[in-house]
Amino acid sequence: MASRLMALWDWFDARMPSVGEEFRKHMSEYYAPKNFNFWYFFGALSILVLVIQIVSGIFLTMNYKPDAALAFGSVEYIMRDVPGGWLIRYIHSTGASAFFVVVYLHMFRGLLYGSYKAPRELIWIFGVLIYLTLMGEAFMGYLLPWGQMSYWGAQVIVNLFSTIPLIGPDLAIWIRGDYVVGDATLNRFFALHVVALPLVLLGLVAAHILALHDVGSNNPDGVEIKKVKGPDGHPLDGIPFHPYYTVKDLAGAVLFMAVFCVILFFVPEMGGYFLEYNNFIPADPLKTPAHIAPVWYFTPYYSVLRAVPPLFNSQFPGVLAMGIATLILFFLPWLDRGTVKSIRYRGGLYKSALAIFVFTFLMLGYLGTEPVTVWGQAGAWLGNADRATVAARIFTVLYFAFFFLMPWYTARDKTRPVPERVTM
Amino acid sequence: MRSLLLAVLLLPLQALAAGGGYRLDRAPIDPTDLMSLQSGARTFVNYCLNCHGAQFMRYNRLADLGLTEAQIRDNLVFTDAKIGETMRVALGAKEGKAMFGVAPPDLTVIGRARGADWLYTYLRAFYRDPGSPTGWNNALFPQVAMPHVLWTLQGERRLKVVSRAAEHAPDEFQWSQISPGEQNTVQYDATVRDLVNFLVYMGEPVASSRKRIGVVVLFALGILFILAYALKKEYWKDVK
Repeated sequence: MASRLMALWDWFDARMPSVGEEFRKHMSEYYAPKNFNFWYFFGALSILVLVIQIVSGIFLTMNYKPDAALAFGSVEYIMRDVPGGWLIRYIHSTGASAFFVVVYLHMFRGLLYGSYKAPRELIWIFGVLIYLTLMGEAFMGYLLPWGQMSYWGAQVIVNLFSTIPLIGPDLAIWIRGDYVVGDATLNRFFALHVVALPLVLLGLVAAHILALHDVGSNNPDGVEIKKVKGPDGHPLDGIPFHPYYTVKDLAGAVLFMAVFCVILFFVPEMGGYFLEYNNFIPADPLKTPAHIAPVWYFTPYYSVLRAVPPLFNSQFPGVLAMGIATLILFFLPWLDRGTVKSIRYRGGLYKSALAIFVFTFLMLGYLGTEPVTVWGQAGAWLGNADRATVAARIFTVLYFAFFFLMPWYTARDKTRPVPERVTM
Repeated sequence: MRSLLLAVLLLPLQALAAGGGYRLDRAPIDPTDLMSLQSGARTFVNYCLNCHGAQFMRYNRLADLGLTEAQIRDNLVFTDAKIGETMRVALGAKEGKAMFGVAPPDLTVIGRARGADWLYTYLRAFYRDPGSPTGWNNALFPQVAMPHVLWTLQGERRLKVVSRAAEHAPDEFQWSQISPGEQNTVQYDATVRDLVNFLVYMGEPVASSRKRIGVVVLFALGILFILAYALKKEYWKDVK
């Protein structure tokens, strides 16, 4: 049997050798640093979640109706009448949040170990493009169940575009295809969600990985393993990705799926954070909910948006701040003037800046899920402003300070000497 | 760093704030109690399913509650609906709006939108209010368009709200009975509990089997993890 299979492979290989070549190049002869730690699981896990989302999404499209009159009901029929439909739907809804969890942790890994620094700037840029595309993908997917939060969330976000001077109002109509979010919007968001953006995502992921494999992976020490090679020409501190990291990532993937399944089977709504309670009320264009909150993965930016006060009666400054808050990520490789990559050899300045940034991001995220009145009002000395708004403003300043002051504090940081070889 | 992650996971999962300052009671529901679910289904079809529909819930799905199709047809289907059809009502959205000012919402997933505690409190918070169009008002949902449909069971009640704003304390709600209903307070609370139990079940009929399947899946993943971890250990033996 085994020899038969080998013969079949030889036949195939003789006619299409590029399959074997690519496998060797990207898997069995791709040398990855041997000291990857916990934080290095999330790249592979992002791909796993991408596959989960595509497969579960295909099955959902078989039963979903992109029609304002039928959409809400079709989701309920999936939950009730389609065999296994509830499972597919919960896989997809849990997967959406899981995608952002692993991507945020993956990005945090980049900040920890300076993975965006030369020569890996392009990998980072492709990564930020993936992140932005993912946001669009998630936003459009969230409209499809056609619940109150789907509807009003989309209404709020599309209206952001209408604040842009001159072209804003027309742009918003062009995006919606109507004067309000309606059937036309649902149909086009469906098309973009199931075809256009997934294609873009796949292309960007391919570019992200190709760029990575050209320069090689960074590692928790931030040393270049290609500098020290053995007599066979392979990095001394590198091990073939396959089988070493495929088996390691397999164990990590099983553990991840266990956490995923705990949520999926026992708390699919995740306390209203993964599936908002108000989204079980069908979309009603005439009834604005008292509190519109985006899903948790957008809330840090939503907080920034709410924190910036309007200027000349226009919300545009907030929209601009929100845009800059995401786009500034592109410039990270050039904002960081540090001479070492890894946090292990950085000084106190970067370590504190990163800690403050993480806390800031979490607090902005939390505040974005709550109404601005959540902490009550401050005293007269602050003009009786909502405490949560004051806090969001402070955190917004801290968010931008992390990036805008980066050239200053990274250049002045007292770094420690980086070893020649990786440490285990 | 790990403790930070933990902090994220434990971010306060806060309950939805109650409207009007009226405190939510905990609904003592039990999704495994078939008797309670059946009783709730009976109350639902008798009292709710005249104005409210459950347009995504099929009658024959009630077999989940331990009922046969004949039992469902004889006891729970009051219209000419077939057993495989969904629980629709004749009252259209337009007529509903004309009658009540707002169309009675579909109740299929109301248990998921409002939550058990809210429904349990709401259905026990009606009082007589001569000033409102229906003659009824609700302490949890002030100026609600819905009249007290279960009033023959609970009887008529009066509410006096004592404001203690000066002391920064929440308002005090003083209830008194105007006329008795067919059930006493304990019986009425049980009726509402059963109804809410049913509404929560109807919101997600698969909920109980979902958890059962989850246990099996997690067990399988546990075994798979042991194998995967052993495989990793074996391969990584030689990585120094």
